[in-house]
Amino acid sequence: MRFSLLLAILGVLVAGLFALSLLIGPAGLTPARALAALIRGEGLAETLVMREIRLPRALLAVMVGASLGLAGAAMQGYLRNPLAEPGLIGVSGSAALGAVIALHTGLAAGFLLGLPLAALTGAGVAVGLILLLAGSGGGSITLILAGIAVSAMAGALTSLVLNLSPNPFAASEIMFWMMGSLADRSMLHVWTALPLMAVGWALLAALGRGLDALTLGEDAAATMGFSLVRMRLLLVGGTACVVGAGTAVAGAIGFVGLVVPHILRPLVGAQPSRLLAASALGGAAMVLCADIAVRLVLPERDLKLGVLTALVGAPLFLHLIYRTRKEGL
Amino acid sequence: MARRAGRITLALPRASDLAALAVALFGATAAAAEPPGRVVSINLCTDQLTMLLAAPGQLISVSHIAADPLASVMADRAGQYHLNHGQAEEIHAMAPDLVVTGPYTARYTVDLLRRLGIEVRELPVAQRLADIPDNIARMGDWLGREAQADRLITDFEDGLAALAPDAQAGADARPTAVLHYANNYTAGTGTLAHEILTHAGFANLAERAGVSSGGTLPMEQLVMLMPDAVISGQRYPGQTRAEAVLDHPAIAALRDTHSSAAVSDAEWVCGTPAVLSAIARVRALHGAGG
Amino acid sequence: MTGTPLLSLDAFSVARGPCDVVQDVTCAIGAGEFVGLIGPNGAGKTTLMRAALGLIPARGQSSLAVLDRAARARAVAWLPQQREIAWPISVENLVALGRSPHRAAGRPMSDADRAATVRAMARMGLDGFQARAANRLSGGEQARVLIARALAQDSPLLMADEPAAGLDPSSQISLMELFAAQAAEGQAVLASMHDLGLAARHCTRLLVLHRGRLVADGAPDTVLTPDLLATVFQITAHYARGADGPIFQPLGVIR
Repeated sequence: MRFSLLLAILGVLVAGLFALSLLIGPAGLTPARALAALIRGEGLAETLVMREIRLPRALLAVMVGASLGLAGAAMQGYLRNPLAEPGLIGVSGSAALGAVIALHTGLAAGFLLGLPLAALTGAGVAVGLILLLAGSGGGSITLILAGIAVSAMAGALTSLVLNLSPNPFAASEIMFWMMGSLADRSMLHVWTALPLMAVGWALLAALGRGLDALTLGEDAAATMGFSLVRMRLLLVGGTACVVGAGTAVAGAIGFVGLVVPHILRPLVGAQPSRLLAASALGGAAMVLCADIAVRLVLPERDLKLGVLTALVGAPLFLHLIYRTRKEGL
Repeated sequence: MARRAGRITLALPRASDLAALAVALFGATAAAAEPPGRVVSINLCTDQLTMLLAAPGQLISVSHIAADPLASVMADRAGQYHLNHGQAEEIHAMAPDLVVTGPYTARYTVDLLRRLGIEVRELPVAQRLADIPDNIARMGDWLGREAQADRLITDFEDGLAALAPDAQAGADARPTAVLHYANNYTAGTGTLAHEILTHAGFANLAERAGVSSGGTLPMEQLVMLMPDAVISGQRYPGQTRAEAVLDHPAIAALRDTHSSAAVSDAEWVCGTPAVLSAIARVRALHGAGG
Repeated sequence: MTGTPLLSLDAFSVARGPCDVVQDVTCAIGAGEFVGLIGPNGAGKTTLMRAALGLIPARGQSSLAVLDRAARARAVAWLPQQREIAWPISVENLVALGRSPHRAAGRPMSDADRAATVRAMARMGLDGFQARAANRLSGGEQARVLIARALAQDSPLLMADEPAAGLDPSSQISLMELFAAQAAEGQAVLASMHDLGLAARHCTRLLVLHRGRLVADGAPDTVLTPDLLATVFQITAHYARGADGPIFQPLGVIR
């Protein structure tokens, strides 16, 4: 089975990068000390560093990456368009807007899920808008134009909310919300994001066979027994959950949902259902890589994850646009 | 003319020298000899010093930040003055004789005000406790309130002497502390906060970590330093990621096992006599545990 | 027509905006029939078929539209006119998609599924194409792959919207013969088409749609009368019964 082999390879890759992510940091612990602290709790300072700082960071990289990869693969499958990606079409940006509103109105302070639920709402509205504008047979141009409009609006409103905040640090966080970072997150963020993400993963995974059928168009899928309404709800709900929860704790990280499915598509025979699982693992690997890289490249500064993912993703995006244009889609 | 005066003020180390030079340079101008009648301050630190020193009716406006209780120790008093937002247009409309500000306040505004013929004086930032009396004297001189300045200086120096660290405690025996602000920012040598900390009898671990003046100290490194006290930055309303680090579980765990809880707030910001109460609060940590 | 009809429409109308584009159509199609749905552009052929499938709302009765999705998928296979293959999936996997209605969620393909897939591919002459990326094939090849998918669905009724469009003559004739053979084996086929020659020669029955109304229904030689051709299609034609079947050739336009 070639597909299970691919999943196994990706799984090993994610596990390896996860371990590497745990071993990198400015505290300069040796691997042996780091593992002793993580597993057996040896040394007070070391244990705090491993369990409260590095572990949540690595866990969030896996969770956020898997979410973005999965959401990208699902959106592309549903829209039958390789350019669909939550970051590029404003879904992440709108989730950030929801999160920022929750944080600066005090909604997030009210209860634990206030923050991710607000981000989820933002993401859900954006996915809904995109489907409305570019849903069935909208084509690449409509999708990109709708995405530009949604992104611009979300970005502007996010800046507005942050500028209106009485907090002197708020305005300087526009960068975080637009580019994303996993620095200094805690287990609290893991628990904040996990429940909604798990729901979203389940919703998106349920799309698999329907996405395969959609390869032949909406009419063909509908007459093969798939409910387009149900699929639309799964996609909107699932994407809103995973992107909302991810963005609420890590900011908007772009291009993961574009790059990962693009690379993995040929390896799964282009089958949208298989691409879901593979992209989830691939996304986790990509965000882990990016998060390791930001700590190696500029260890003392909080270099944003989105900077690295965009460096890889933007040229690929341009290439895809070029190819789409050539094929006259 | 006014522009040159501002630059010279910056370059001069002592207020008394300044007075001599100002007279030498501007002796012919009647305005320079008389105390300014309408003074506007557009910087939080000069706001507080002018409020402490100005004659009744002499100070007509302070910056709006001076009225923010999270940043200013004199927020109540600032409410009595017209609050400005540091815009050249609004300041010009007040027709001030003198505008006082810090060296880093909006360069364009300052340049514009000078082109408009308004005298602007810039008060250097107090980086050491010893700079505070100098700044008070300088401000008293500018405002023509030398007597008030002398009294304030005497009170401050007496207060500082009363809080002096125990002479017998060597550098190694002192408890350690680290300042932890939003975005993992910390203050090392060459900052007023460092002086407050050391005068209160603590060794600043940022110095040991090689941070001079202000800089970031990654949270992992902070935890590995295991300070006896973590002095956190002031929190502002609304939740930001920058401030989220102040409540990070790893820092909270340090707080549980070590004495802490003091907050670096408005008293730490400016070189005014308010730093005395900041020092006193940090000294109080000695008994609190650790 | 024998037994229960595989599709029955009763007083069936479809509205698009304020006006009905399909009006009051009543007919039934049973096993063994290869029915050609003909009519000029804009007569409502595609709308009628999509509405009969329940893909767009309609008034009146359609035996397919009332079925639930899974039952409908086993009752009818639909071949849209748009030949859409979004991703470079292999021909074999594409044809196997036709088996979706027969597989429970999460179940792998059964032997029966695999056999049906192989059969459909063989029927469309796709042996050797199994591993090729479907969307990189030529237009005619893609059409064959998509038809194979519909065949793999193994439903009693196959509905196709202009399946012969864009195919070369030999492919068109092969396709007609395939549909006729399916009908002869006891299935039913309903296909819209523009080529009246192919329709006259291969279909067992023709439905003529004109401005949304069903104006004729019957065997080709009873339907394709000079009167009907003149009023519906505005053409004159030569129609003869040759030694090897009917011959229909449009001749001119009536102005």
